Amino acid sequence: MNVKEELLEILEELHPDIDFAEEEQLIDDKLLDSFDVVTLVTEIGSAFDVELTAADMVPENFNSVDAMVAMIERMMED
Amino acid sequence: MRNNVLSYLVTTAMEVPDKVAFSGEKSSLTFRQLWDGSRSAATTLIRDGYDHEPILIFMEKSPEEICAFFGVITAGCYYVPIDEEMPASRIDLIIDNCKPRAVIFDDSTAEKLESLSFTGAKIHYKDLVATPADGDLIAERMDKALDIDPIYIVFTSGSTGVPKGVVACHRSVIDYVEQLSEVVGFTRDTVFGNQSPLYFDACLKELYPTIMFGATTHLIPKQLFMQPKNLVEYLNEKKVNTICWVVSALTMISAFKTFDLVKPEFLHTVCFGSEVFPKKQYRLWREALPEAQFINLYGPTEATGMSCYFRCDRELTEEEPIPIGRPFDNTQVLLLDENNQLAKDGEPGEICLRGTCVTLGYYNNPEKTAESFVQNPLNHNYPEIIYRTGDMGYYNEHHELVFASRKDYQIKHMGHRIELGEIEADVAKVEGIKICACTYQREKDKIILHYVGDMDEKELTKSLKAMLPRYMLPAKTHRMDEMCFTPNGKIDRKRLEKEFS
Repeated sequence: MNVKEELLEILEELHPDIDFAEEEQLIDDKLLDSFDVVTLVTEIGSAFDVELTAADMVPENFNSVDAMVAMIERMMED
Repeated sequence: MRNNVLSYLVTTAMEVPDKVAFSGEKSSLTFRQLWDGSRSAATTLIRDGYDHEPILIFMEKSPEEICAFFGVITAGCYYVPIDEEMPASRIDLIIDNCKPRAVIFDDSTAEKLESLSFTGAKIHYKDLVATPADGDLIAERMDKALDIDPIYIVFTSGSTGVPKGVVACHRSVIDYVEQLSEVVGFTRDTVFGNQSPLYFDACLKELYPTIMFGATTHLIPKQLFMQPKNLVEYLNEKKVNTICWVVSALTMISAFKTFDLVKPEFLHTVCFGSEVFPKKQYRLWREALPEAQFINLYGPTEATGMSCYFRCDRELTEEEPIPIGRPFDNTQVLLLDENNQLAKDGEPGEICLRGTCVTLGYYNNPEKTAESFVQNPLNHNYPEIIYRTGDMGYYNEHHELVFASRKDYQIKHMGHRIELGEIEADVAKVEGIKICACTYQREKDKIILHYVGDMDEKELTKSLKAMLPRYMLPAKTHRMDEMCFTPNGKIDRKRLEKEFS
């Protein structure tokens, strides 16, 4: 499974009613709230063995699946 | 004698009329504007014939919403705040409970208001404050005001699926605000950064000390609570020096190494509560702010805000939980054992509260009120109501009160008080669900829903979203072929907890 597929699985478990592949403004449109982001950061951390910190927790990194994938891949390279 | 909580505002509006009292994302109000606005609002309400009754407030979190609260109080009525984040079905339950004749709304809630069952008068905030204040009319109303008159009803989770409305009066709020201010040491220089929603009693900590001292409160935009770095920068930009936050908001900052990037520069007072502060996170905060005072607050909504405090000024051992300390002055804790006698030293007992802080009870709900607002079992001589919290506690060797556990299935999750029974009652309403039970994983702070039924997990989550507030939604749903039971036929929650951890 690649990063995107695995991430989509996490996201769909969190919110089965959101079409994550389509949404581009998850934070700005308030589809994800602060509870979600905190939960996601923890789940992403353990699923991909990366450590997200305060500097990563900005809306730009969570607004779309692609943005999240890019962030995770950046961290996996480091 | 002070018998109205807004008497603080009278003095403050004269002393510092042009100082900002409350500031939000889009607007702010000075003490003068707050004073004028609340008197205009009261004039409208009195002229329209409202008196000693609940007025629904359905507005976005803003300085104007606080002004509407004060307008309602000035008119001798009591405010019932609801929020756009509450599902419509829950708001309808609230309306059904307190049957308000009027709602105050604003542009942001106008549309959602139409989808509710509410049929009474709808007053736009702009119209509410457009009436010039009539001093005589207000004075006449204030003349009849007593300190036992209600100020607000806030709704808390109820185990049967119906939220319970806690009614508090002037006298309890005045007592709370005075005691809290003395302990924490608020002054005119206090700059609050508010986190808690305005539809809970948690916001009393900022609302009333602000008008009492002429302090300033910044209502922090909610989306900052997922952006720890920006949040701390916001605190610095606004020169916030005092915060009273739920533990999960504090943890969100410390757990993600925010302090390596930026530290709060002005913060000298950190009050926290509603949940147990994980030791590791607590230490990170202390290290980041070695000069600041840290105060643990504890208390149920039913006893008006907070009832106990612990000033964190002694070293705590690794295993030792942060105590809840001692009650505020003019509040007494009775630790009652199962025979309704005072628990012996070091023995656990139910935390029961006695004093002016005890609220008036649950609105339109004599049964639930009678269950936990009870005659003091140690007093057989005259009527005296105490509140039974359902929290178990004990005294440690320093004679500080320590929270131990709950007597029932109430939990604290993300700073919210939740009855697992309320979630279960809502799940049971979903068609195709045969039986269900909720468990709570304390270590991970997760609510797990176990159920047997024809509906798959995804569909069930979708249905629940329309019924439950966001913070009550289970983090995981677990469909089972069969529920597990104890030998005497009760759902085996212990086994569910164990098998799913």
